[in-house]
Amino acid sequence: MTSTDRSIGWSREEMAERAALDIPGGSYVNLGIGIPEKVAKCVPTDREVVYHTENGLLGMGPSPTSEHGDPELINAGKRQVTAIPGAAYFHHADSFVMIRGGHIDICILGAMQVSRTGDLANWSTGDPDAVPAVGGAMDLVAGVRTVYVITQHCTKDGRPKLVEACSYPLTGRAVVKRIYTDLAVIDIGTGGFQLVELAPGIGFEYVRERTDANLVPMGG
Amino acid sequence: MIDKEISTLGQAVADVADGATVMIGGFGEAGSPIELIHALIDQGATDLTVVNNNAGSGEVGLAALLKAGRVAKLICSFPRTAGSSVFPDLYRSGRISLELVPQGSLAERIRAGGAGIPAFYTPTTVGTPLEEGKERRTFGGRDYVLEHGLTADFALIKCLRADRYGNLVYNKTARNFGPVMATAAATTIVQAADIVEAGELDPEAVVTPGIFVDRVVKVENPAHESELIARGETYP
Repeated sequence: MTSTDRSIGWSREEMAERAALDIPGGSYVNLGIGIPEKVAKCVPTDREVVYHTENGLLGMGPSPTSEHGDPELINAGKRQVTAIPGAAYFHHADSFVMIRGGHIDICILGAMQVSRTGDLANWSTGDPDAVPAVGGAMDLVAGVRTVYVITQHCTKDGRPKLVEACSYPLTGRAVVKRIYTDLAVIDIGTGGFQLVELAPGIGFEYVRERTDANLVPMGG
Repeated sequence: MIDKEISTLGQAVADVADGATVMIGGFGEAGSPIELIHALIDQGATDLTVVNNNAGSGEVGLAALLKAGRVAKLICSFPRTAGSSVFPDLYRSGRISLELVPQGSLAERIRAGGAGIPAFYTPTTVGTPLEEGKERRTFGGRDYVLEHGLTADFALIKCLRADRYGNLVYNKTARNFGPVMATAAATTIVQAADIVEAGELDPEAVVTPGIFVDRVVKVENPAHESELIARGETYP
């Protein structure tokens, strides 16, 4: 266990900003709850991106001002949102046709663990006392063409989240393509975790010590 | 003349029998047919199997039905809600059984059930604990899991506008499970904020065609879960 100083590296907002740079204009994108939700605000304004929320809206806009909210216009996190001009509503089976059928270009999710082969665990700790809940996570990773993860590099108590093999129950096998953490951008490569970019002031060794599997240096 | 309008909520749910399977529309509070659920609590049917994406919040609507001890089994994708202990308490004390289904598989199982398709293969859950006990088959080099269609005795659905034929339009993301559940239940019961004359709904814009609907009851100003909870209300 190696402690990680949360005051260094990228903040949650900066992680979202960095991920947003990788979303091309014209994409249909589904954002998970938590840090991924912040990505929508960070996409460069010259790119038009359409946001999908799996409860039945394509063309999701930002949160409403309090007087214009509708309890029946919400996102997958059950928070009130708006619909942009040009939005569409649809029922749940159609919504998951978009997901499972490969029509959504990118989804960005949170993670509890990611393995070096791109396995994702983000729905359950396996604790028998916990109420199990999965939502749409397994459908998203099974169907969306490009799955990105945004997560802190380590848990609050300093355990690596990037691991050789997930110990938590899987959401999907070999599904993650790229991971944005507070320390680095890392791809799932043929040799394991492939470093793509380091956060300012962060060195390779610092990330390697906090990664519980082989980390391939940039250009390696 | 075909007229599916029923004058009271009580009449609309009068024949739900003990042991029935009841699909209840809604994703969180959006589309939750609270008034129909409360009528079902009043009606008294018990030992129900309920199909809903969630497990309710506070102690109104679906959570109130659970709290009243009427539900033996919940088929659900996300039974965790911030600020609700009703389902977790029942689950941990073994007083309710849970069939956890990924959200897209739940929607497609209902769609298949309504479409006369008994089962289908999906890539969702392959390699995960939720695949356990299910048949796996490979198509085109990729693995898929067999999921079974879902049907129900009753569906309880909320919509914005209906006509006497049972044609429905919904409000925004409150549409969610309504259209597929309407197809999958032997008897589909709808609460509508407004019932309009035949011809007033644009046929191009009808979301649920009336063939899938059996009863429509008018609930002019439907309650929202969050507002009831904010007022500290419980049911009954």
